[in-house]
Amino acid sequence: MRKGFTRLILITSFLFLQQLAQAQNPGGDGMKGLSVTLLAVVVLIAFFVIIQVADNLVRIEARKSGVDDQEGRFSVLPGFRDFFRRKIPAYAEGARFVSLKAGHNINLEGQAPAVIDAGTKAATFAVQPPNFRGMLPIPKVVVEVGSTVKAGDHLFFDKTNEAVKYVAPVSGEVIAVNRGERRSIREVVILADREQQYRQLPAFDLEYSSREELVNFLLDSGGWSLLRQRPFDVVASHTDVPENIFISTFDTAPLAPDLNFVVQGRGAAFQKGLDVLGKLTKGKVWLGLDGNGQNAPSPVFTQAKGVEKCWFAGKHPAGNVGVQIHHVAPITPKSIVWTLGVQEVITLGALFSERCFNAERIVALTGAELHEPKYVRTSIGANIGELLKGNLAEGNVRLVSGDVLSGEKTASAGYLNFYDDQATVLAEGDFHELFGWLLPDLATPSVSKALSGSRFPDTVYRANTNMHGEPRAFVITGQYEEMLPMDIYPQHLMKAILTNDYEKMEGLGIYELIEEDVALCEFACTSKQPLQQILRTGLDMMNEQG
Amino acid sequence: MSSLLEKVKRFEPPKEKKFLHTLFEGFFTFLFTPDITTHGKGVHIRDRMDLKRTMVIVVLALQLCYIFGTYNIGHQHFLALGQHVAFLEAVHLKLLHGLIKILPVFIVTHIVGLGIEFFYAAKKGHGIEEGFLVTGALIPLIMPPDIPLWILALAVAFAVILGKEAFGGTGMNVVNIALLARAFVFFAYPGEISGDRCWVSGLEFEGTVATGEVYGWVHHLFDGLFKGLGLATFGDGGAAVVDGFSGATPLALAKGGWESVTAHYSAAQMFWGDLPGSVGETCKPAIMAGALMLAVTGIASWRIMLSMILGAAFMGIMFNWWGFDAHMNMPWQYHFYMGSFWFAMAFMATDPVTASNTNTGKWIYGFFIGVLGIVIRVMNAAYPEGWMLAILFMNVWAPLIDHFVVQANMKRRMKRARVVAN
Repeated sequence: MRKGFTRLILITSFLFLQQLAQAQNPGGDGMKGLSVTLLAVVVLIAFFVIIQVADNLVRIEARKSGVDDQEGRFSVLPGFRDFFRRKIPAYAEGARFVSLKAGHNINLEGQAPAVIDAGTKAATFAVQPPNFRGMLPIPKVVVEVGSTVKAGDHLFFDKTNEAVKYVAPVSGEVIAVNRGERRSIREVVILADREQQYRQLPAFDLEYSSREELVNFLLDSGGWSLLRQRPFDVVASHTDVPENIFISTFDTAPLAPDLNFVVQGRGAAFQKGLDVLGKLTKGKVWLGLDGNGQNAPSPVFTQAKGVEKCWFAGKHPAGNVGVQIHHVAPITPKSIVWTLGVQEVITLGALFSERCFNAERIVALTGAELHEPKYVRTSIGANIGELLKGNLAEGNVRLVSGDVLSGEKTASAGYLNFYDDQATVLAEGDFHELFGWLLPDLATPSVSKALSGSRFPDTVYRANTNMHGEPRAFVITGQYEEMLPMDIYPQHLMKAILTNDYEKMEGLGIYELIEEDVALCEFACTSKQPLQQILRTGLDMMNEQG
Repeated sequence: MSSLLEKVKRFEPPKEKKFLHTLFEGFFTFLFTPDITTHGKGVHIRDRMDLKRTMVIVVLALQLCYIFGTYNIGHQHFLALGQHVAFLEAVHLKLLHGLIKILPVFIVTHIVGLGIEFFYAAKKGHGIEEGFLVTGALIPLIMPPDIPLWILALAVAFAVILGKEAFGGTGMNVVNIALLARAFVFFAYPGEISGDRCWVSGLEFEGTVATGEVYGWVHHLFDGLFKGLGLATFGDGGAAVVDGFSGATPLALAKGGWESVTAHYSAAQMFWGDLPGSVGETCKPAIMAGALMLAVTGIASWRIMLSMILGAAFMGIMFNWWGFDAHMNMPWQYHFYMGSFWFAMAFMATDPVTASNTNTGKWIYGFFIGVLGIVIRVMNAAYPEGWMLAILFMNVWAPLIDHFVVQANMKRRMKRARVVAN
């Protein structure tokens, strides 16, 4: 945008000067007018450059001598650059700061206020093997229906990767092992005890143990399932050492939980988790910090030790860890990086500080179709129906584990997915609208400048699940690029996937993306293409190729 | 609304009757947005914008051109006959004459184009796509007012079948459909769309002598009404044209330099569009308003528009500098007064399917259209106007431009991978 604007100014000044030159010298031939214009432009540019350089020198000098207490007070051209550059907030001064232009915030009704409702509890919990990508559909379940388990006891493992154990998030009785298509295991359900019992883990000395011992400890204790690996977004491989580990400390998705609030009072466990991660990588542990707000994020994040920090400012998907990785150390075909959510880091830390698998999750129940959106304190894989009991509005609604862009549809008998800390309820849009494609509509979110969406960025919407149109071939161009703050051409990538062009997929950066990163593109897509689904097909193809 | 929905639903033909069912689906989705919802995986909410709305905004942006174009058909007709010379004189006659000319063109375009679209949609078993909404609105605007309807039908059929359906339908075509239809007429029936005779409607030529046409029954029908109201009437027609009438467009005159253009048309006249030409391209303010609407709503790429202006200006200046003949010596900014530059820029070059896909590519694509259009206009004596050919040419090159832009992105990524690996 800035580039375009500069060009525009140059061009208009050029045209203006040309006119001026001609008006002054109507009898002269074109040649003369042209050279006069060119000369004038050169003089103008030289003048501009000199002023800019002088301006910068004044600025630097003022800062050096310490008289400039705030950026830019001593510049000759005050504010000129500030029109184009997002001002770096004071709290992020001096740190690595990435400003992202592309993206869009979808503001929906039903944001949870920052209070935890202690009254809402779930009784049943489930661990769902389909949540762990890369696992065979039928894992080996080591518990039986009716057996009692403690939180942290092994539930199942993948037959091709027996080392990684998946553990119970709560203590209680295993009441069901539900199967899906072709006898695949959909969920292992536990009815939780009133008083939670934890499988006590041996004390682990982080300082004097080798990486191998640490890995074995994590594999056995269930901590390993918290680590996710890119490319492909699969459960981390315990035979690989990641180049870096990335954690995004803010979530920009619609109605996402405020992680500053979520992390309150759990700072010690979070820091412990970071220390553990530091031992696992050969590179660095990176925290992506939120540079959007007026105030600094929680000190738990800003004062975390032993990690590298990078600030990000911008609209959704700036909070996606994939976007942050792209701007810090892009994933290459050979590199392996791990990612975790904030609450996963806390659980990881608790393995060492509390010596148990503490699967506590603060979950945001959000959406316009709830009587009362709120935060609740529960555990991994809580039953959604129990959490939302008595809170659901009348009518045809959809329950989603996760956010509305990349979450998964579920029912009230369903469970929160393993990595989700949010449930969203929104109205189903299975109705016809008379001339719905023609009438102006201000009540539905849109990124288009043709509707009000991008004109009034603070409008809060009540969305439903209607497609608002029929699927079509790719027609509009440049739309995805405006929704994805990465140096990637999503439309070309999607076409490469659809045509099975492996070389192009790799070249266009398929390894740097997972579904949530293109979710906003999919939302914005005029042709209603299922981009996340296409991307996953491509990722699976690449993964099979090795 | 629900009762209307039920009433409409009652007409739904069975699925076995493919053509009828597709037709019904097409009209049904025109009336109601479908009730399909998002899938369980992927996004759960979708943007309000869909292809229908996008296309309809383009059609809306064309409306000023339609209104002015229709009126101008009538105005130029009477101007040639030396009747009702003032622009706002006998508004009803000019408007009616314009409608009599443009409506058949519009209807034939849509019957042929939509018919083919429906047929292929039924054959392939998918919904009727909206691509022809815009194509169908564009074609009447880029034709001469008196285009014989059978030629028009042939051109539309050619463009839609060979230009679009052969490639797989909306979104798959390589070249602009509306321009392809025009190119077809241009090369197959050059007499109907080039020279000095075709741009003013309702004239008949015998040798070099032109007379006004003998009015048909529609004119007479309304004459009765107008007479009753005490307004001016068409009369019988067949009147002789005024002395010195040529019917030439500014571009045909421009070979002799700016002076020979201004001998016929003033700059203001060319700007406001009071001159012969294709139906929609004469009135620059109407087109600019449409262009602004498209750029502001983000439907059309402002990058292409801007770079096309730059390209044309650049080439105009280059020609001034060269200064080989009178046309080259014409000051470069006057090129923007003549011909269909603005229409081509706003509505033709910006077609997202046939333009470059990448933002960098759009700058290059637009710039070269600008350059090539002026080159053809100035250097090629056979084609007075260059935009149709320039855009069709660059349509073909657009994928190559994108290819290089995308390759650059891939190279960047590969380089990065190598740096990391070392």
